[in-house]
Amino acid sequence: MKKEQLLDLYYQMVLIRRVEERGAELYQAGKIGGFMHLYIGQEAVSTGLIAAREPRDRVITAYRDHGVALNCGISANQVMAELLGKATGMSKGKGGSMHMASVEKNMWGGHAIVGGHIPIAAGLALGDQYAGNDNVTICMFGDGATNIGYFHEGLNLSKVWGLRVLWVCENNQYGMGTSVERASAVDEIRQKAEGYRMKNAAVNGMDVMAVYEAAKEAIAYVRTESQPYFLEVNTYRFRGHSMGDPERYRKAEEVKKWQENDPIGIFNKYLLDKKIASRKALDEIEARVEEEVQKAVEFAEASPEPALEELFTDVYAE
Amino acid sequence: MTKITMREAISQALMEEMDRDPAVFILGEEVGVWGGTYAVTKGFYDKYGPQRVKDTPIAENAIIGAAIGAAMVGQRPVAELMTINFAFSAMDYIVNQAAKLRYMFGGQFTLPLVIRAVGGGGRQLGATHSQTPDAIFAHFPGLKVVSPGTPADAKGLLKSAIRSNDPILFIEHATMYQVRGEVPEGEVLIPIGKSKVQREGSDLTIVTYCKGLELSMKAADELAKEGIEAEIVDLRTLRPLDMEPVLESFKKTNRAIVVEEGWKSYGVGAEIVSRIYEEAFDYVDAPILRVAQKEVPLPYNRTLEQAALPQVPDIIAAAKEVLK
Repeated sequence: MKKEQLLDLYYQMVLIRRVEERGAELYQAGKIGGFMHLYIGQEAVSTGLIAAREPRDRVITAYRDHGVALNCGISANQVMAELLGKATGMSKGKGGSMHMASVEKNMWGGHAIVGGHIPIAAGLALGDQYAGNDNVTICMFGDGATNIGYFHEGLNLSKVWGLRVLWVCENNQYGMGTSVERASAVDEIRQKAEGYRMKNAAVNGMDVMAVYEAAKEAIAYVRTESQPYFLEVNTYRFRGHSMGDPERYRKAEEVKKWQENDPIGIFNKYLLDKKIASRKALDEIEARVEEEVQKAVEFAEASPEPALEELFTDVYAE
Repeated sequence: MTKITMREAISQALMEEMDRDPAVFILGEEVGVWGGTYAVTKGFYDKYGPQRVKDTPIAENAIIGAAIGAAMVGQRPVAELMTINFAFSAMDYIVNQAAKLRYMFGGQFTLPLVIRAVGGGGRQLGATHSQTPDAIFAHFPGLKVVSPGTPADAKGLLKSAIRSNDPILFIEHATMYQVRGEVPEGEVLIPIGKSKVQREGSDLTIVTYCKGLELSMKAADELAKEGIEAEIVDLRTLRPLDMEPVLESFKKTNRAIVVEEGWKSYGVGAEIVSRIYEEAFDYVDAPILRVAQKEVPLPYNRTLEQAALPQVPDIIAAAKEVLK
């Protein structure tokens, strides 16, 4: 990967972190409603994955989607505006935190029913297969989603029909407050793909380069072999499941231990150690992000509320 | 005009639309090699091949979920649910996904999806395979629900549904595939969301649809022998609901009954009666009655099953009651 691309990955990860930190503040201030699930700690996963796609490859994810949206090229302005429910959000304020999507950026949501988007992802790939192209659909979901029926129906269908889907399980160790070993018969989630004779691998999700390399290989396999592939990415969310999480299910020491493996810190060190970037260059990126996010907050706050007539639009196309 | 069966009408609609538009394909359980559990897609697999007539695993979430995904990226899938009772397995996809995705994402894409589902009782299939849960699905904005009562309507409405850019649940009745009716030659397109007067009369209005239409027509013939002329309004589409012909008829007759095969509580009849009271209260000359299924899970035994389902004599009795 070229130096500019590497620095861009760093920029994206810092952007996600900063957008979400500001988002959390706005949530506490009562400017963002509903549920909000932060991606902080997991930035390397979608950053590495989406860097490995071609623009024609589709992305679909669960409700922890702000980072994925930014990685897909949706602007911080639009993400922030959607969080605030403004008319300038990509879904005109009708979707909110859990339903970020941009057809233009080939990002198909943002889905809030656990595992619900898994068969839909198979459908996106089915649409491409039917159209006769070799686009790949990247479908991300949490470890918790692998225990629900939708997951198994979707995986089975993708194998039976040879659909081009890269299934990505973001194993952040907990489905809400229930740990993997308390909820899943197998704690190494990728073993579930074995049951569908699906090629699979596991990768360290705190290392953006490792995720990128694994995704690159997996996408190439999916595209050329016309077969699904299952990638388990081991990661950790530093914040609670959602904004109102008392975190009774894990100890502060455990969180602290994972935070020592901060994906941004790891990548920062990598860039410095490999002499890809100077500390000054990285500081400049962080300052640029700070400014961009500040502008995004101002943009979102200054944006209009959706018009009341919007209540009745988009229910039907006809 | 030629007389064809409901099965032939639906089959013709599917075939004509597949011939017209390569984006249209079929998926579902046993739609291909088997030829469809109710033989609607007989011959399709040989004509169009496995690419366009897709046999699926027995996995309703995958069937409807995959159909939604394919529709999101511009294909026009027609998903078949072997029976509407299996729609409960795929409930999330029908009411939580298909009905909401376009709205939730601010209208960024359309969902040109048709879900064909076979419903209804009367075939001794027991409680889990005999339901008429149409009202449940009609409850959800974002979904359109169509349920034809004649071969001509079935053909014209299904063709329109396949061409529509909205998700549509198309409900057929398991006991009506052999019903014959006149279908015009050539292109038949009937707009979604339009009720229709199927029989004219001046004494009372019978509002109904699907199987209820078949029963109501028979009841109207019997009533006519006694000099009672019933006007029958066929809803054809449950959502969006077209009340105009219903209200127009009611303002003429001032008396009405609603006939549906589903349970009475919280049903289609409840909705129609409320609307009439809300929009035409001054025209009401008698309480509006509902003829519907008895409030029990449908039993297997034929006598018990028929006792639970609405019958022609029930309609005649209700009609006479509102005319008292």
